[in-house]
Amino acid sequence: MTTTRDQDTDRPADPGRPAGNFSLDVERRTVPAALRAYVDRLRSGEPGALPSVLGLVVLAAIFSQVSDKFISTYNIGNLPGQGAYIAIIALGLVFVLLLGEIDLSAGTTGGVCAGFAAQAVFSRGLQDGVSGLLYGSVLVFMVAMVVLGLFLKSISGPVVVAVGVVIALTGQDSHVLLALVFAVALGCAVGIFVGWLVAAVGIPSFIVTLALFLAFQGVLLFALKSQPIGINNYNLWYGLAHDNMTPFWSWVFTLVVVVGYLAFTVVKSLTAQRAGLAADTLQLVVVRGLSLAAIAIVLTYLANQNRNTNTFKTIQGLPYAATIPIALMIVTTLALTKTPWGRHLYATGGNEEAARRAGIDVRHIKVTAFTLNSGFAALGGIFLASNTGGAQLDLGAGNILLFAVAAAVIGGTSLFGGRGKPRDALLGALVIVMIPNGIGLRPNLGVQHQEVITGAVLLVAASVDALSRRKSLSGR
Amino acid sequence: MPDPILEIRGVNKSFGPVHVLHDIDLAVYPGEVTALVGDNGAGKSTLVKCIAGINSLDSGTVSFEGTPVTLSDPRDAAALGIEFVYQDLALADNLDITQNMFLGREIRRFGFLADGEMERKARETLASLSVRTVSSVRQSVASLSGGQRQTVAIAKAVLWNSKVVFLDEPTAALGVAQTRQVLDLVRRLADQGLGVVLISHNMNDVMEVADRVAALFLGRIAAEVLTKDSSTTQIVELITAGRSGSIGLAPAMADESI
Repeated sequence: MTTTRDQDTDRPADPGRPAGNFSLDVERRTVPAALRAYVDRLRSGEPGALPSVLGLVVLAAIFSQVSDKFISTYNIGNLPGQGAYIAIIALGLVFVLLLGEIDLSAGTTGGVCAGFAAQAVFSRGLQDGVSGLLYGSVLVFMVAMVVLGLFLKSISGPVVVAVGVVIALTGQDSHVLLALVFAVALGCAVGIFVGWLVAAVGIPSFIVTLALFLAFQGVLLFALKSQPIGINNYNLWYGLAHDNMTPFWSWVFTLVVVVGYLAFTVVKSLTAQRAGLAADTLQLVVVRGLSLAAIAIVLTYLANQNRNTNTFKTIQGLPYAATIPIALMIVTTLALTKTPWGRHLYATGGNEEAARRAGIDVRHIKVTAFTLNSGFAALGGIFLASNTGGAQLDLGAGNILLFAVAAAVIGGTSLFGGRGKPRDALLGALVIVMIPNGIGLRPNLGVQHQEVITGAVLLVAASVDALSRRKSLSGR
Repeated sequence: MPDPILEIRGVNKSFGPVHVLHDIDLAVYPGEVTALVGDNGAGKSTLVKCIAGINSLDSGTVSFEGTPVTLSDPRDAAALGIEFVYQDLALADNLDITQNMFLGREIRRFGFLADGEMERKARETLASLSVRTVSSVRQSVASLSGGQRQTVAIAKAVLWNSKVVFLDEPTAALGVAQTRQVLDLVRRLADQGLGVVLISHNMNDVMEVADRVAALFLGRIAAEVLTKDSSTTQIVELITAGRSGSIGLAPAMADESI
């Protein structure tokens, strides 16, 4: 350790600034102060989104040299569809990573759930699609998980699973939308099971989910009866990764997000200033909000131009594969930062013993985190099947989970728990998906380059995480 | 002299064949600092855990403000206004001061966190304890020094209008200046009318801040003395031998216990 910790004096938190007497609380945060605080955070080992943003810029610079097609609205418009499944699986993983746990089965869970949904719509109801034994087992499993979930004092998870049971029992799963809801419900059931094994039985999550990772690849073969099922004919499902919102609704989406963010932060700043609390100045809030608005409006404007290089069909509007993950990110961010549940999740990840002594039901927090994670994994599997055009026999297996973990880590979520944001998942997924996309533009670059580059990027990101963690510990 | 706010009578506790606590009597008075001292293994932690409701009592009674109470769960103690600050502080490093102080008892509005209100109350509490070393209640706990962390842990305990606070070795890992701050804080808690129980190995701290000293010796209360009537040597003898001059356990009992 190079910095010696001064035991005998209370050093002021920020040398060179007024310390004590809550001086920083009374002082309003202005634009320069916010910039200074950001630099301080970087130096004290909290890189935040910086590595992933730098990664995006560097990769974009490299790939624009590889092919002039890379920086084209057509190609960039394809990125969300190719990467949404990574983003959504990673979004779910953030919850368990915040707890310092891991889910190795997220990819195959998504594959299995999407596989069942594909079988259900393909054979007009799951009951006719799979063997009676499998159908019965799935329903019994889901009902058991409703009971177990309620026993573990979780409410919303079991409700979703129960909805899935009703859909399957009434044969409504031949409708595409309801089959997809069933898939998410099945995912939640898996999550309750994993959460129970980890939090109540006490098996390390690494082992539990490793076992499920292996087992689910077999379950998927049972569900598909060893026959891949295409989903290109189901417009709703296929459209998830391929369709765009109309320009009008794209503008509506952008304006709702931007205006909502501006209004929220401005009102927060004003009420906090009136109440004499620590607050950002209106100037800072407006500068931040308007920069976000400018980026969003430019992107929406570009997306609303026809980006097809062929003339026979118009492609314009924001892809659903971008707006759905963004909407999910906003909802999960609010849940994590504005609700007691989210606060308890962070506390459990930061110091489990402290959380327990504070009267937090740690088991409940873990079960809900795993439930959400697997629910998101199921949705990720649905987007994956949409992107690849069907439920293949290895749907969700292979590198997919590792890409999702890499996305969360590249975005800035710590594998050690307690640190991370939903935003990280989306930024990291964008970095991850850029690599195969960029390499694919130059056909003579083989897949071997893709794997090496992805590995190198992940290694850099993990090193940043570890180094910043060491720095923030030693600098305390 | 006021009535004790927390009174323990005839408490016994065994773990299997090991009789850890023998007929413990202890009284905590409001506005006073009661030091609980004893060698390693004397039963200090067990006694505190019994009061906290983590361990159950074999026999004996605990009275709070004159009425007998049963404490079978840590939340029972918290509901009465008895708070515990453990040695390892139990703060989450990744949260800020306000978030830690309200952990598990967040103020909610329509089901959402009322961060502004919590921030205001956290600052009021720290100000009422004359804490001057914290520049922002929005600061991450990871960035605090040992003394500041201890301060936050104590402030967390008194946030809830608690009446009795147990402090387990609050100065164990601190330097001179930080120990000073924490001892001042302990004194202020008592001056505000709380009953404070200070568990400590450090005789200097005990003599400086405590009003009365209860010495545990091998699971028995050797003596309960007033600080102003006794000396460091006397208390050290009570801790190590169970008796000192005319006070302490009967010679036979002290010898037999060894």
